[in-house]
Order: sequence, then structure tokens, then C-alpha cells
Amino acid sequence: MQSNNTQAILEVRALTKRYGPTLALSNVDLTLPKGKIIGLLGPNGSGKTTLLKIVAGLLTSTSGFVLVDGQPIGEGTKSLISYLPERTYLPDWMTVEDCLDYFVDFYADFDLQRAREMLSRLNVPANKRMKQLSKGTREKMQLVLVMSRRAKLYLLDEPIGGVDPATRDYILDTIIGNYDNEATILISTHLIADVEKVLDEFLFLKEGVITMHDTTDNVRETQGKSLDELFREVFRC
Amino acid sequence: MAWQFTSNRSIYSQIVDEIELRILNGTYEMGMRLPSVRDLALLAAVNPNTMQRALSELEEMGLVTTQRNTGRTVTTDEAAVSRARDAKADLLVETFLSQMKMLGLSRGEVLERLARGENKEGEHAIQ
Repeated sequence: MQSNNTQAILEVRALTKRYGPTLALSNVDLTLPKGKIIGLLGPNGSGKTTLLKIVAGLLTSTSGFVLVDGQPIGEGTKSLISYLPERTYLPDWMTVEDCLDYFVDFYADFDLQRAREMLSRLNVPANKRMKQLSKGTREKMQLVLVMSRRAKLYLLDEPIGGVDPATRDYILDTIIGNYDNEATILISTHLIADVEKVLDEFLFLKEGVITMHDTTDNVRETQGKSLDELFREVFRC
Repeated sequence: MAWQFTSNRSIYSQIVDEIELRILNGTYEMGMRLPSVRDLALLAAVNPNTMQRALSELEEMGLVTTQRNTGRTVTTDEAAVSRARDAKADLLVETFLSQMKMLGLSRGEVLERLARGENKEGEHAIQ
């Protein structure tokens, strides 16, 4: 099915995902435009990772459908999507150079020169093995690889979780600096205060249901509060 | 260093204020070429679309102009800058006077305090 909405990069309709008796996503409807940075925000266990994995083609849904740039999930959409999983998957024995080769082999849209430029800022020697790098450096390395692809949709699962504030800044700089206005970036996180300045739009996901989808500016203009404050109110325990 | 923003106003309007201030006080000189949207977004640590929106507003205000090929520059129109400075100053005076009124000071007392305050300018100012 071809999408008639040329501005939408992602369309999700009546998407439901069950893990046995557990309902992880419940009847999710979603349309994301091109050229935006969008926050997928919700507490732990709200279904953020499940949603990203379904869009990335790593999990199948129980019912409903997903279109990426008008195409159903499959081989074609994988080439449009650059996915950063919650945990890094680069094997311990690989050197930095090996990882670059690996991405060059795998992805036609990988921009090797851009990746090298970003890595030079990290001061990581090309012959270092993954196991010799700190956890934070490995996460930065993984993000550099993912952001060096010229994809249409970036799915970043908790890119700033578990790293120090300076690393967080490096990561957000990398995201802003690589952003081109044709691509959409969907970032899942529960660290709202850190990302809200870079978000055009946000989604609140609560127990598998999208409870709010709006622009960040609109929240400030109409409610006179930051997204972080709104999140604390909506998800108060 | 990323720019600081308060939580109760939209980020783009705070960026407009910040860049306007830099133009009015000469940090960004008239006719100066502004950094690209991406570089400004990185400087402020904000979304490039937000920076774009702020710059469009500054264009509408006549403080920034876009030329083909050369990108964005600060206006060379002195009248536009001086109009913006007047508007900003009027707004600050209005805010100040209403706060003084809330404190219960009469106009005469306010003027007297202003005259006295000139000697110890900014010593204990609230930033």
C-alpha cells in the first residue's frame, strides 16, 4: 500500500503487542512527520522499547500495522531506518577500525568520513578493541556509527541513559550536528530535562497507550510549563 | 556553553530575545554575518528547527536579513535597530514600574530611588 501522506515518515495503526498475558502496547495510532526530532517519553515499562523494536522490524506485532515512508515493515524499511538499541552490540574483540568496516559492509548509506570526524573528537585510537573502552566511550562509539548513516528514520533507544552529563552533552551535540531536515529522529528516554531543548514534538506513552502527542513549544505556550514539569505531573506515582 | 532557558516560556521566543539583545548591545554588529542555523543550534544546544523559527521571527522584526548566497546577516538598517531598542526599553520600564507599584511605591518615590541608584549602578542587581 502506498501512503498518500507524503509528509509522514511513520504511520502506526491500531498496533497491539502482547507478551503472553501482558499487554505491552494497546491499540497505538501514530503519525510522525518528516524532518522532526521527536521524544518518545514514558516511565520504565511503558512500552517504549517494544514500540521501537516493532518499527525496527525486530519484533512482530500481535495486531495492527506499521508503515515506514509508505512501506510495510520488511527488508525495504530496514534500509531506511538506523536503530540504536538500548545496549551496545559491538563484540569485545572488534577494534574501532573493525567496527567501521563492519558498518561500511552492512549499510550502503554509511558515511565513513563523517564517522571518522566524529570519532576523532572522542580521541579513540583506531586499533583499540571494544573491551578496552569504557562503557561510556563504547556507547558514544555506537551512537556515532548509527548517526553516520544517512537514514530517513533514526530510532534511538535511551541514548543518554547511564552516562555522565558531559557525555550526555556530547551525545546531544552529535544528534543536533548530524540532523538533516529530511530525516526524523525518534528518541526514547525518561530523562526529559536533558532532551527537551532538542525536541520538536513529544509522545507520552503510559502503560502501552499514547496519552499525549504535541509540540514542545505548545506545552510551554499554552500551559506555561516545561515538558519536564508536565511529565512529572502526568506520571506522578 | 549552552544558553540558559526558563521553563515557563517557549524556547524559540527566549532565543529571539537573546539574539535581539546581542544585536541591540552590539555583540552581533550591524551587517555581521550570522553563523549557520546548525552552528547556532549547536551553540545554544537546541533543535535546529527551533533556531530556524527564531531566526524567521527576527527577520520579520527586521533585525536579521537573508541574502541569497551569503546567508543571514544582522540588519544594517539603523532605524530598525533603534525601533527595536525603544520597544525593548519601553517594555522593561513598564515591567519595572508595575513591579514598583506592587511594592507600594509612589511615582515620586520611584524617581527618587532611580536618581539615587545611578551612583551605585548594578551593585546588588538581580540577574
